[in-house]
Amino acid sequence: MRVGVVTFPGSLDDRDALRAVRLAGHEPVALWHQEHDLHSVDAIVLPGGFSYGDYLRCGAIAARSPIMADIIDAAGKGVPVLGICNGFQILMEAGLLPGGLIGNDHGQFICRDQELVVENTDTRWTAGFQDNQHIVIPLKNGEGGYIADEETLKRVEGEGLVTFRYVGINPNGSLHDIAGLRNESGTVVGLMPHPEHAVEEGFGPDTDQAMRNGTDGLTFFTSLALEGVLR
Amino acid sequence: MATIIIEVMPKRELLDPAGKAVHRALLRDGISDINEVRIGKRFELHVEGAATDAQLKMAQKIADDLLSNGVIEDVVDIRVEGN
Repeated sequence: MRVGVVTFPGSLDDRDALRAVRLAGHEPVALWHQEHDLHSVDAIVLPGGFSYGDYLRCGAIAARSPIMADIIDAAGKGVPVLGICNGFQILMEAGLLPGGLIGNDHGQFICRDQELVVENTDTRWTAGFQDNQHIVIPLKNGEGGYIADEETLKRVEGEGLVTFRYVGINPNGSLHDIAGLRNESGTVVGLMPHPEHAVEEGFGPDTDQAMRNGTDGLTFFTSLALEGVLR
Repeated sequence: MATIIIEVMPKRELLDPAGKAVHRALLRDGISDINEVRIGKRFELHVEGAATDAQLKMAQKIADDLLSNGVIEDVVDIRVEGN
């Protein structure tokens, strides 16, 4: 598959995301925020970083960049979109996922290998996981506290939109330990932790077997090829 | 030249970690009679001449659409100075 990764001014993890796409067996395609051209990609990744220096609100200005109009349109037609960290913030600012993200409750930037439980495998980005599988991938953010009003929380819980929950500790004060969400159809997924940093042995989180050999993030990208398993 | 001023605050019920950090710093400085600090944003939109009704309407729209996110923030004031 051709998988596009958008670079916004201030994106940091676009190169890592392109590399993860390649390691998962897909063709990586670099996309540019100012273009109205998705280069016929089959799926899109909005990478982490600090688009527009987090000015105004994290992801707010990127959500209104030219290419996002095309991405919102494509998402509406079922093209898979994955938002990682700042990409998750962009998806919320664009209205593609419900709720919002605010500063970590402890007021500090956090960087750690984070355990998550995959609560929903009915998505284009998690189909390769087992239900309730525990995974470890890096987390690094200053504004990762998930919030939503009572009604929205009830809906995301009731409709099974919670895709990832923090396990062990809640690193940023997210309500209901929510680490990531999907949309109703399971095509759009967003999360604060970084799967693209855990795709290659030697460069991932530590595991019980060896240092830095955790590759749980790779399954996000290989899941794309498993279309048939979706309901 | 008139200035349309828009003020945005984090929602009352949400944590404001930045405000909390400032409050802690005040306490450290021995200022103890302040119960809470909250940090918001002030936007100034400068226009030629007096601000018109149409411009105020536009200000309301961009305050809601771009300058604030209704999930986490409230627009608490829109006013004109220098009209």
